Amino acid sequence: MKKYLSLFGIGIAVTLMTACGGNGDDGSSEEFEADVDEEVTTGEDIEGATPLDFWTFAGTHADFFVDAAERWNEEFPDRAIQLNAQTYPFDQMHNNLLLAIQSGQGVPDIADIEIAKFSNFLQGEVQLEPLNEFIEPELDNFIEERLDIYAKDGNYYGAPTHLGATVVYYNMDIMNEAGVDIDSIETWDDYVEAGKQVVEATGVPMTVVPVNWYGFWPFIVQRGSDFFDDNGELIIDNETNVDTLEFIQDMIYEHEIAEVSPGGDYHSEEFYGFMNDAGAASMVAPLFYMKDFTEYMPDLEGKMAIRPMPVFEEGDARSVPMGGTGTVVPSQSENPELAKEFLNYAKLTEQANINLWTQLGFDPPRWDVWDSPELEEDNLYFQYFDDTIFDTLLEIRDDIEGINITEYTPDALEELETNIMHNVIRENNQTPEEALSQGAETIRSYME
Amino acid sequence: MKSTVKKENKLIKFLNSKKVVPYIFVLPFILSFSVLTLYPAIQAVVMSFQRILPGQVEFIGLANYRRLMNPVFYRAFRNTLLYTFFTLLVLIPVPMILAVFLNSKIVKFKTILRSALFIPSLTSVVVAGLIFRLIFAESGASIANQFIGLFGIDPIVWTTQSWSAIFLMVLLASWRWMGVNVLYFLAGLQSIPDEMYESADIDGANVFDKFRHITVPFLKSVTIFVTTISIIGGFRVFAESYVFWGASSPGNIATTLVSYLYQQGIQRNDMGFGAAVGVVVLIIIFLVSLIYLILTGAFKKETR
Repeated sequence: MKKYLSLFGIGIAVTLMTACGGNGDDGSSEEFEADVDEEVTTGEDIEGATPLDFWTFAGTHADFFVDAAERWNEEFPDRAIQLNAQTYPFDQMHNNLLLAIQSGQGVPDIADIEIAKFSNFLQGEVQLEPLNEFIEPELDNFIEERLDIYAKDGNYYGAPTHLGATVVYYNMDIMNEAGVDIDSIETWDDYVEAGKQVVEATGVPMTVVPVNWYGFWPFIVQRGSDFFDDNGELIIDNETNVDTLEFIQDMIYEHEIAEVSPGGDYHSEEFYGFMNDAGAASMVAPLFYMKDFTEYMPDLEGKMAIRPMPVFEEGDARSVPMGGTGTVVPSQSENPELAKEFLNYAKLTEQANINLWTQLGFDPPRWDVWDSPELEEDNLYFQYFDDTIFDTLLEIRDDIEGINITEYTPDALEELETNIMHNVIRENNQTPEEALSQGAETIRSYME
Repeated sequence: MKSTVKKENKLIKFLNSKKVVPYIFVLPFILSFSVLTLYPAIQAVVMSFQRILPGQVEFIGLANYRRLMNPVFYRAFRNTLLYTFFTLLVLIPVPMILAVFLNSKIVKFKTILRSALFIPSLTSVVVAGLIFRLIFAESGASIANQFIGLFGIDPIVWTTQSWSAIFLMVLLASWRWMGVNVLYFLAGLQSIPDEMYESADIDGANVFDKFRHITVPFLKSVTIFVTTISIIGGFRVFAESYVFWGASSPGNIATTLVSYLYQQGIQRNDMGFGAAVGVVVLIIIFLVSLIYLILTGAFKKETR
């Protein structure tokens, strides 16, 4: 009996050690402390102002909302708000928001949700307020594809931050050296031919392929395909996708005009250095990547040109909206009506969309502001690139194809990055067909 | 008046009685333990049988556990086993030998050496991971690639290969925990009576004999302790993987059981499944520790 007791005692001891930190592992918990990076409040001096909490992961977004709150308070003094904008690290903000909504404790009134995380919040009974009353009357002025990303069952839950139109950034120094006229590149075959010319003349690869969705998603959406179809069925291994991935693989290993991007993506130190040193002649990325150019690649100022994506065949879209943050109002907010109205004021109106460009440098999701005079004023981005950005956008306005988001999109993105792109693009040890059908099987197992 | 004094006395007497005092002393721990650890642990077991979505919590039986039978989980299990094995291989013998050196009379600057070994465990693993990531960056200009270049080896893309992923994690862990384990062994060494070494000298034993026949046997209890916490720490590995790759790595080369838990439970909002992973990790650690303790005879001592 005594023996059993002591066995039990040691069992408890082991459990305790397991639970209370074994190796004294204090480091890992640091990432999860609820430290606010930055907190900005406005309107605290206004009597009777309704307090609203706003959570974001980008300090620039916090400033954007604070500016909107100040204008709101001037315009509607009788419905003044006291906005408290809190910036958290990316992962932490989404985790906290998920747990807050799940438990119903400490939910903010307004929150930013990044696209890769958005579908987590559309599971079960959606705990977000639909924004239809504001969006529906203005639907025609928006690039609708961008709004659909944040919608479920006909309800629009997210206010978009930008269009995120995918374009090709060309390094004109290299293009001129190789004697390539970028306006003559209309199809991807033209692009490959131009690439061969570039490699021959300069020895620099035409493009880079990141081993994540940046190197695959825009290309299949452009051809009307996607990971999931309109009904939410998994189509990641369909013929178009296999063909597209073969094309991307061939750019690297067959035509030898592309390289795997250093660091594996577009956001690593290795890649910024590589690109800044004219390491590649062009890259395919959404318009919000302009910010990375201006911030991390100062040597390329004045050398980059922006053009729509080449097409695979006639009828393909010239651009696809990618990435992006949707701002939401959780249903558990104490003042959902006011929060929604303020969110509309801050992000959905014409003025708000102009500010998205002038204050944040994002291509506004409302096309009716693209030719407004405020968007023609000189700024950082016009100096770095040129002032034809919105002319390019207006030209392809009707040629934009949107993505389908389902609750399993994070699984597809994960599988794409972890296995498919890794094996096909980096390791080159699987055919696109094998990798895609194997990946599809894995994703299907999550969907059961 | 009189009665209240009497009452107080009674109360104080009760609180002071030998049977009650120990419980009062451990009460704060028991309370915080049950609220912060025991309750969540039980709740986690319950959650592992549930499907949890906002506004919809339902029991789904063993479905979460059935889903565990997938290649990613096996891969995570394999990675965790390998990591635990290699950390044990490094973090037991090396600190033991270092401790012996630090304890011997021939080594100078002991305090400085001891601090130098211990400082890494005080650094945040996130900061350390950032530095390690830059050291092992994939370009030919990174420190690690420059170093192997001296031996004529081509640059390696450290963070995308299976063997180098485990190597990086073990290296980071070894660097971090070396000092702590050295301290444990140093403490153990203090309990070895000098007479043992003196009589061994008289018998003509050399350094290696003394290490094998005196130091190692006397350090047994410390070794068992350090090994046990290292096993537990090994199976709980998360930060070492997270700082290099985040929650998901290419080809799952560095996915560990806990990073799989984090990825599925928190990032993917599948808390029931995450809880199931957690319960399995708990059971694995429990079994492995138990087997190890039985094999080393730790229980015999207890029952004697």
